[in-house]
Formats: sequence, C-alpha cells, structure tokens
Amino acid sequence: MYQYTDFDRQFVRNRADQYRDQLERNLAGTLTDDDFRPLRLQNGWYIQRYAPMLRVAVPYGELASSQLRVLAKIARDYDQPNAQVYQTAQTTQAKLGTAKLPTGYGHFTTRQNIQYNWIPLDKSADVMDLLASVDMHGIQTSGNCIRNITSDERAGIAVDELVDPRPFCEILRQWSTLHPEFAFLPRKFKFAVSGALEDRAATHWHDVGLHLLRNAAGDIGFKVLVGGGMGRTPVIASTIRDFLPWNQILNYLEAVVRVYNRWGRRDNMYKARIKILVKAEGQRFTDEVEAEYRQIIELDGAPHTITQDELDRVSASFVPPALQGDKPDSTQKVVQILRATAENDVEFSRWLKQNVAPHKNPDLRAVTLSFKRLGHAPGDATADQLDTAADLADQFSAGEVRVTHDQNLLLPWVRCDQLAELWHAARKAGLARSNIRLLTDMISCPGGDFCALANARSIPIAEAITERYQDMDELHDLGEIDLHISGCMNSCGHHHSGHIGILGIDKDGQEWYQVSLGGSDGSTLSGTPVPGKVVGPSFGAAEVPDVIEAVLDTYRRERRHAETFIATFRRVGMDPFKVAANSVRQTAMAELA
Amino acid sequence: MKLIAANAHATGARGLNVINIANDADPRTLNLDGVERIDLNFPKFADGRAFSQAFLLRRRLGFKGEIRATGDVLIDQLVQMQRSGFDAAVLREDQNLDFAQRQFDRYQAFYQGDAVTVKPHFIADRVSTPATEGAAA
Repeated sequence: MYQYTDFDRQFVRNRADQYRDQLERNLAGTLTDDDFRPLRLQNGWYIQRYAPMLRVAVPYGELASSQLRVLAKIARDYDQPNAQVYQTAQTTQAKLGTAKLPTGYGHFTTRQNIQYNWIPLDKSADVMDLLASVDMHGIQTSGNCIRNITSDERAGIAVDELVDPRPFCEILRQWSTLHPEFAFLPRKFKFAVSGALEDRAATHWHDVGLHLLRNAAGDIGFKVLVGGGMGRTPVIASTIRDFLPWNQILNYLEAVVRVYNRWGRRDNMYKARIKILVKAEGQRFTDEVEAEYRQIIELDGAPHTITQDELDRVSASFVPPALQGDKPDSTQKVVQILRATAENDVEFSRWLKQNVAPHKNPDLRAVTLSFKRLGHAPGDATADQLDTAADLADQFSAGEVRVTHDQNLLLPWVRCDQLAELWHAARKAGLARSNIRLLTDMISCPGGDFCALANARSIPIAEAITERYQDMDELHDLGEIDLHISGCMNSCGHHHSGHIGILGIDKDGQEWYQVSLGGSDGSTLSGTPVPGKVVGPSFGAAEVPDVIEAVLDTYRRERRHAETFIATFRRVGMDPFKVAANSVRQTAMAELA
Repeated sequence: MKLIAANAHATGARGLNVINIANDADPRTLNLDGVERIDLNFPKFADGRAFSQAFLLRRRLGFKGEIRATGDVLIDQLVQMQRSGFDAAVLREDQNLDFAQRQFDRYQAFYQGDAVTVKPHFIADRVSTPATEGAAA
C-alpha cells in the first residue's frame, strides 16, 4: 500500500482543519447552507433523506487493517442517529414497507469507497479528524470535481496484469487532490485505471478510462478513453489516444479536463457530463484536447511530466509484502490436500471455485469475502464485521484488504496453505458465502431507504431476489450473472451494465421497476461494453422477483451445455426473455415503457 | 492577493485600461496589448470556467497585469483563485474579511503545480521521507 509521507499526512490534517472551520462558520450562521453545500460535498458530506451521508475515499480500493478498525469505530460510535431522526425515518419508511432501517454500519460502493448513513452533521468534523489519524479523508468523494480514482481489485496481483496500475493511481490521486482549476467542473468526473487484459474496473463506463499497456517497443504507456458514463444517457467511452507515454499522463489529463471545464455544458445538469460533450463534438473534441496538450508541452514546459524518481518513490510503497512464517508451499502436496478437502466438502469446493482467484505469486491467492448475504443489504458491513475483516486481513493477508467494484472485500495476499483455515474463519464470520460473481453477488445502491435522489427502494428488491435464490445448488447451476440494481437514473447501482438490470422509477408516488437485459461492463464474460435493453413497461415491486425467475427459467431452457446466461442471451436474443418477463405481469404500465 | 470590498470595486477605474471577459470566452483570442487589468467573472461561485481563463492568461499568455475575480466571490475559493492566477478579488457583499486570511495560511504547499508555483510538489522541495509516527500499515 502507499505509505503516507509527512507532507501527505499534514495535508490531510489541514484539510480536516479547513472542514472544521467551514462547519463551524455554517453552524454559527456566517456561512450559508447554499455556500456550504459544495464545500461539504467535496469532503464527502451529503444531506440525505433523513440524515447526512458521509462518503469516505478509499483510493483505488486499498485499505489497511488499521484503517478498517477506524472505519469500524466510526460505524459503531458515530453512525448512530438521535432518537428523533431515527423515529422519523423509520416511521416514514415503514409506510413503504421497510421493516427496520439498520444503523451502525458502513456500505461499500461500486467506486470502492465506503459510506455511512446516520452521522449527525455536528459530529462530522470529529469524524474527519478520526479519519485523518489513519491517513484517510473524504476529499472529492462528491461534488463536481475529479472523484476518487478506482482501479482493478486485483491490481498488483492479477495473473493477466501487464503493468501494475497502483503507483499511477496514487500519482493521479495526488495530482487531482485540491486541483485549483478543476474544483468546479460542469459535473462530476470519474477516472478508472486498469493494467490487466481483463477489465475489472468498468473503464469504458467512466469519464476517463485508462488502460496501462506496453507498445511494440516494450515502453509503458496509456490507452486513453474519454466520455463513458451511465445516468439518463448511457454512453461507452471513446478511445482518443491509443498510446500515451506513461510520464505524460498528467499533462494529457490536464488538457482533457481543461477542455471539459471550458466547453462542458452548464445549462442543463443532465447534459453536463463529458460524455455529452464528446458525443456532440466528436473529432473536434479530440483535436482540441490534442492542441491543448501540445500547448502544455510546448508553451507551459510540460510541468507535470512524471519523473522516473517520482515513479520509483511511489512504486516503492507497492512492493509485495514479505510473507510471515515458513515459505508457503504451493507444491503438489498442498494442491493435493486442497483437492482432497474440496472433494469431501462441496461447500469448500465451491468457495475455492468462486471466492478464490489465482495470483501472480503461485504461492498466494486472492480471496473475496462475500458481503452479499440474507439479512444485510448488498455491500453493508456492521462495525463488528469491519473489525472481523481487519482481523482476517492481519491473520491471512499481510494486513491489507481491497474494496471491490462489486461491493465486497478482497484479501490480496493469502497463502494457499492457509486457505482452509481462512475458509473456516470467514465462514464463522458469515463472510464465506460462495456466491462471488453469481446471481446473489448483486450490485445495489442504497436506494430510497436512504438516498434523497432515489425514485424507489433498491434494498427490498435485492432482498427479495436474494431470499428466492438461497439454494446454493441452484445458484451455482445458474452460473455467473451480473445483476445490477439502481434506485434511480443516476445509476449508482450500474443497472445499465448488468446482464440483468433493474431501475427504480417513481410513478405518482408509487415504486416501479424497469428491467433491462444484456448489458455489459466490458469484462470477458460480459463481452463488448453495452447498455442493456429494457424488456417492456415497468413492473410493480412484488412482480420483480417473478420477472427475474421467469428470465432465469428461460435461460435454463434455452442454454446449451455450459453456456452462461449472457452468452445464451446473445445467441437467442431478447424475444424469449421478453415474452417470459411480460408473462408474469399483473398490472399494465404501458405509459412507462 | 488583493482583497477588495464589494463597494470599493470600480469597473472603469481612473483611466486604467481594464477589460471584462465573459466566462465562456477564450482569452487566447483577445488582443491584450496595453491592457492593465482583466476582470473575470463568476456568475455563481460553482461555475469554474474563470479558473481556466485565469490560468491561460497568467501562465500560457504570460499576462503581467492584474487579474481580478468578480461576481460570486467567496472567501472559501480565494486560495484556488490565487493559485489559478488571480491576484485580486472583489468579495461578495456578505463576506467576512476576518475569516479570509486564515484560508491562505492553512496549507504549506499543494500537490500539483499551478499558475503561480509552476512545478508540482514531486519536483519542487520533494520531502520523500515516509511519515515518522503512527502510520497506517
């Protein structure tokens, strides 16, 4: 992991001081709510339906166990609303059917951050101090600025990796932090960086997607994609540079963001993302970026050319941890023991298959702890579970975890001779469900139970589907399926890229759900990135699990041999799925089609 | 940075050659010969186009005169204005100058280069020693 310098540490503390100054002025009435809003947003503080929400930055998903323990403490001690706030929330949500709103927990997001839903605003500055004590913050986790940078959950350990993206992510993080020119862009701006053959970071769906690669001469550089995004208008990013030398990436991105800052639309929030600009201007956008980049090089003197010294300095933080104890043993013996154990225990065998991934180091594995289980919203972790994850990280993974794009935690440094032991420990903690990448490993936003933007609740839909698909035999038989749920068009639950996407819609104060099929995040399994297609008019909440079941039954009927859901969908097309989905409809909402 | 109270700002001061630029104009298309002061405008403080204009004027075009921030100018944006190339700001009427100075004193340095400090932190005054106390592992 990146090791903070004294400068980095002081910087985050200064930021916490600055936030406290702003909060105090706001509470004293000298900084109006309107003027305070963009400032608190750029520290991760939203005001949601019933209480503030804090989004903590987890740069490219990497967390130390010491940081996890502070996140647990925040969940335990601060994610607690006062009685009146909670009662108002619970009473209001009960009318919609939500039995009990959870408190005292964190929620992992698709952008590898963690959110809290109940921290009172008057305690917000204390929480920022607590975060700063372990080199954490909420800088630019919201607002119309460059957001937290996301990456491959297997960065630095993936067997298919060409270049480790983490040092570049960190250099980008520092460059984008409190950038004076780019704090008030037309709209939010998201980077995702990948350095592997497999795209595990949904790079085509980001404002800027960066692919690290080597050219024919063996030099390291970036392929630069710009203008992807979800929301009302899903757009797949365009490649504007096939190869940019690695040391020019900051100069080049300065050009991209400057053109966006100058040209991006500010008259209509729904047309303000860079995807709209790239679509509208086409080649003219690319030409302007290239012209601006040339001027940065020729006239400004390319001030942000990354030096080899700086890359080396940052890279030194990312050397693989020294493993404790005896040299781990991936020899035939260990493999045989694992295989024998797996043969005797179908659950362990399934866990090895779904939750354990290969590693650059053949003695090691990457293990995903599943935060997708009945009784908890997808990606929610209680204070105790956060502490447990920290303990597991210390015991089995050199004290490091990664927040994944799919809202789970990944242990990146697990010795393969400790897999059985880890499995027992994770199972005891309820985090060993072997559903990674299966139907119930769904992505879901917090939805209308918490979010002020949501049109409908997501969590009850996720829960109803999870409940219906508890049979592990059935789940494994269905195979790998991306199910993504968003409570509104802002698409935090990435419904556009799900093989099955569910979108919450409000119609006269009622919750309705649009179902789409065939979306892809751009991974090998999912194929060329593309938004899913809507099956028809929206469904009532009670109908949604039946629709999902009808769609999955259609898959089982149509599939050939070991064909995946998405492969079957691509081969047979929308029609049989559409017919099946619409056959369970009890109500007609044709006008919402 | 020169901070100016709202009532002390004169748009066409004493024979000075001042131009106002709308925030969607490209400063590179203007004739700046003899111009002594350029007023840039923030219609809303969250409309950040004038930051890029100031950067281009100061850094790209090497404009030596005054670059003045006008419009919805709040003390919490002063530091980034200064870093982008502004050297004067007309504060919105309700702003309290008493709270302004401590915004400038807070950070000893920033990560990226800007219109004033050209080099990024990783080149200038690199302090590369890892933190000495209570680090997160």
